[in-house]
Amino acid sequence: MVKDAVNTAKLLFVFAIAMFGFGYALVPLYDVFCEVVGINGKTGQISESTAIAGEIDTNRLVTVEFDTNVNTALPWSFKAEQYKKQVHPGEIAEMMFVAHNTSDRAIVGRAVPSVAPAQASLFFNKTECFCFTEQVLEPGERKEMPVKFVVDAELPDKITMMTLSYTFFEVPEAERVETASKNRIIDNNKS
Amino acid sequence: MSVKIISRVATLCVTVFLSLVCGAVAAETMPLNLTEGVTPTSKQVYDLHMIILYIVTAIGVVVFSIMCWSIFHHRKSRGAVAADFSHSTFAEVTWTIIPILILVAMAIPATKTLIFMEQTGDSEMTIKVTGYQWKWRYDYLEEDISFYSTLSQDSNIARQRNSNVDPNTVENYLLDVDNPVVVPVNTKIRILTTAADVNHAWWVPALGWKRDAIPGFINDNWTYIEEPGVYRGQCAELCGKDHGFMPIVVNAVSKEDYAAWVSEMKGDDTGGMVKAAMATEEAAVITTEAAPAEAAEEVVEEVVAMAEAGAEMSKDDLLAKGKDLYAVHCVACHMAEGQGVEGLFPALDGSAIVNGPKADMINLILNGKNLMPAFRDQLKDAELAAIMTHERNSWGNTAKDMISAADVAAAR
Amino acid sequence: MSEAVIHDDHHDHDHKPTGIGRWLFSTNHKDIGTMYMVFALIMFFIGGAMALVIRAELFQPGLQYVDPQFFNSMTTVHALVMIFGAVMPAGVGLANWMIPIMIGAPDMAMPRMNNMSFWILPFAFTLLLSTFFMQGGAPAGGWTMYPPLVLQLGDALPFLIFAVHFLGVSSIMGAINIIATVFNMRAPGMTFMRLPLFVWTWIITAFLLIASMPVLAGAVTMLLTDAYFGTSFFNAAGGGDPVLFQHIFWFFGHPEVYILVLPSFGIISQIIPTFSRKPLFGYASMVYATAAIAFLSFFVWAHHMFTVGMPLTGELFFMYATMSIAVPTGVKIFNWMATMWRGSMTFETPMLFSIGVLFMFSIGGFTGVMMGITPVDFQYHDTYFIVAHFHYVLVPGIIYGIFAGVYYWLPKWTGNMYDEKLGKLHFWTSTISVNVLFFPMHFLGLAGMPRRIPDYNVQFTDWNQVASVGGFAFGLSQLILVWVVIKCVRGGEKATDQVWEGAHGLEWTLSSPPPFHSFTTPPQVTDATAHS
Repeated sequence: MVKDAVNTAKLLFVFAIAMFGFGYALVPLYDVFCEVVGINGKTGQISESTAIAGEIDTNRLVTVEFDTNVNTALPWSFKAEQYKKQVHPGEIAEMMFVAHNTSDRAIVGRAVPSVAPAQASLFFNKTECFCFTEQVLEPGERKEMPVKFVVDAELPDKITMMTLSYTFFEVPEAERVETASKNRIIDNNKS
Repeated sequence: MSVKIISRVATLCVTVFLSLVCGAVAAETMPLNLTEGVTPTSKQVYDLHMIILYIVTAIGVVVFSIMCWSIFHHRKSRGAVAADFSHSTFAEVTWTIIPILILVAMAIPATKTLIFMEQTGDSEMTIKVTGYQWKWRYDYLEEDISFYSTLSQDSNIARQRNSNVDPNTVENYLLDVDNPVVVPVNTKIRILTTAADVNHAWWVPALGWKRDAIPGFINDNWTYIEEPGVYRGQCAELCGKDHGFMPIVVNAVSKEDYAAWVSEMKGDDTGGMVKAAMATEEAAVITTEAAPAEAAEEVVEEVVAMAEAGAEMSKDDLLAKGKDLYAVHCVACHMAEGQGVEGLFPALDGSAIVNGPKADMINLILNGKNLMPAFRDQLKDAELAAIMTHERNSWGNTAKDMISAADVAAAR
Repeated sequence: MSEAVIHDDHHDHDHKPTGIGRWLFSTNHKDIGTMYMVFALIMFFIGGAMALVIRAELFQPGLQYVDPQFFNSMTTVHALVMIFGAVMPAGVGLANWMIPIMIGAPDMAMPRMNNMSFWILPFAFTLLLSTFFMQGGAPAGGWTMYPPLVLQLGDALPFLIFAVHFLGVSSIMGAINIIATVFNMRAPGMTFMRLPLFVWTWIITAFLLIASMPVLAGAVTMLLTDAYFGTSFFNAAGGGDPVLFQHIFWFFGHPEVYILVLPSFGIISQIIPTFSRKPLFGYASMVYATAAIAFLSFFVWAHHMFTVGMPLTGELFFMYATMSIAVPTGVKIFNWMATMWRGSMTFETPMLFSIGVLFMFSIGGFTGVMMGITPVDFQYHDTYFIVAHFHYVLVPGIIYGIFAGVYYWLPKWTGNMYDEKLGKLHFWTSTISVNVLFFPMHFLGLAGMPRRIPDYNVQFTDWNQVASVGGFAFGLSQLILVWVVIKCVRGGEKATDQVWEGAHGLEWTLSSPPPFHSFTTPPQVTDATAHS
């Protein structure tokens, strides 16, 4: 009786440890889940050749708004050249973003993109982007950073407007060197 | 005997409760139910709320009546003899099927409303709302207008511990701001929410929804206000110490008045804060709602004066303005006596930075550090100079010198 | 007296230990159960004191007694103490005391682990409560510990995280012990479908615990490495996602709700048949409904976070899944009603508290259905309406179930009848005050008062005052419970073995109080001696 109980308990301990692992497994699972249903507004990346090969839907125009944010702790200014642009789904469009380091020290920043509405992020692909890579700005430096993007021709008709938003964060010194290996979304996003 | 005591105690309690209830109802105008709001969304949400409330109330009445009837009739003291049935397939199937049908009936209108709420496209204008600890920033993307909106001065003074100000004497206590967000009526407005530090949630009950503001992420929503008026709300996601003190005021005005407000905001080039502050007065004149509190107006006038005077302010002027501005922008963290909050927000009283070289202090305030936000875009040179001069001359601080607007401008 | 009975047929624990060692090194399920219950009661009063600080501050607008930061600590630690310190240990304590004697086992399967899982608790709460004396104060970011806010915490952060780890380890060990006991130690003839419902609800609870607590442990470990070891699970700057924490947290958090509530459901499923003098209606469907609730609880977590911004499909899925939980819950309520129907009811204190659960848990259930409707939840979310909802579920739902269990089994534990008059007084004062306390919160929430705010607009004053009066009355009412328990332990009318006229089951075949080591020879169980 007691021996059986110990066996049951062992099995249950293994189950508990597996569930601890499952907690961690939720992290990549969540990314997959997000990519499928577009939960957190993360955008996709495709190669330029794929984008050119795509069909262009000239029958409709979609408004893309460009929104820029700078996290509280970062002394930069950051703007898009225009706040919105109308594009045909399937067509490659470009927008220039300008970052300006207004402080007197060199700072490393990194931009995180987000698209609203969440569903639209499934159909929003970039062919060229400065996001997730570290950007070093010397004191007073201005930097122009282009984003090339395609709104998928499959975009549902009911979505007529979307917002591409970037938030610039300062990269803490401790993280600078090995960010790429630690950063799961960079990897996911590049693939 | 025991029954007597219990019934006496119960009667007493019920009496106390009822008198409290009646007193409460008589004394105040707080609604006891969700309010209908002023947008198509909020009206749909209200209708849905009422439908479900009626359904669950009806179920409750039926279920509780049966229970009460059973409790009364099937008492041993009434001579009830226990039956010994312990299942009935018919009953069990019935009370599984009926709830399913009721739930489906609820899900249909709920789904319709949800789909309606998600239609954020085809909007005529876009406002981005950014949550900060503990204020809101509004950016009108088309118009390139942006300003911060913080708790009004009157409320801020009254809410301090031991302020000796009765909140009942403060108009719209904790629900008033210095710069309300001004929007046109009968316009589909896209509202984007995000945050700069921690999670917040933007909630104006009259618009019918709330939405989280999360750093690094953008959420979209829309609204279409049908009646001009002033609508108030609050941050709804715990965001730290002063979560309860970052209200939202939406000022819905006619399209013409909105256009006038926009041109005024853009035409005047004395800086965002001033423009927004003037808009407060303007909006207050336009709408029928009461004007903002007098103290707030005073600060506005002072700031305007400061802007005009430019860098030519005397130390006394700076000290006087700095004291007021400190109470608006700094007191939340660094506290009234500059004592800070141990382990969270450093004390300014005796601080090495406040008493140290001017350049370091200016740099820190302009660019921020850790939890301290960068104030470079939030305040102008003269305002920053006033605050720093005040800090260097207050409490036990020994710097006793002055920082001028020119110093700040040079550091930018 | 009981010692004499068991003395001769026992070798390894052949006498009842005495002194402090009896408690420190106890491997006896009854002693450990008692310690759990006493610990839970102490934590109930500590958490209650924090609630009263909150209600005192909210009695009128303006800040009178505490600073906003301390107020936030109060709401945060109140929740942690009540959930992990009062409700869960009380449930585990009842399980410890009752499960072995309900299934005819001599003790829990793993007595030493049982001792350890209890003694971790005081240690974990010392860690947690010591943060009040630290730089930056106690945790103040809400019990849900959402980043990035929680990362702004001072020195208390690692203490909070390790306290959660220890609590998790304690409850996982407790859960494993319960399952191992029930699966392996049942008396001959005690088949699964003859188990008392309390045992059934605890098996399901234990599985929920083992499946969900490690996920919470994982989530807080990620917080820890984010804060101190440079990972970016939840840090947007490093490519992480603060919303991910909310998903993982509520993946634990919703099953946690049922971890709290299922044992109470089990308790009242024992009590209602006893005082209706009629077998439980729909035993099998009760078991299946409980399992269904537990299973569904893993698919509804996102209803706690509808406002974070999900795509339409996600919102619809979680709305439908949430609404579907109402069906098995309804089945349980109807089964209890049918058990009472045409019974021969008497209303001793345990029955009164059980009926209290039926009425007031239902109120919490109704508001729960309302909140499951996504579009209206955009209004209810994070307001006092939510506070009213979960307190209706937790206090007159779950804690009343625990009270009912305590009154029901107290004569069995002590051998003395408790003071029925005082018990009834406890019920009535609690019931009136709990409604005065929580019902007005529905109004406050609908009128627009957000939760977790230390100060409010003056329009909310009156109903906050009503709630505060109710809060203090409820707090004082609980002193009656302490009085009843102490009085009962010290003496009183001797209880019979069966104690209650309508009681059935193995625990009622033992003496009151039961011998220190019960069922050293396993009883033979038949349908007649089982639950029915």
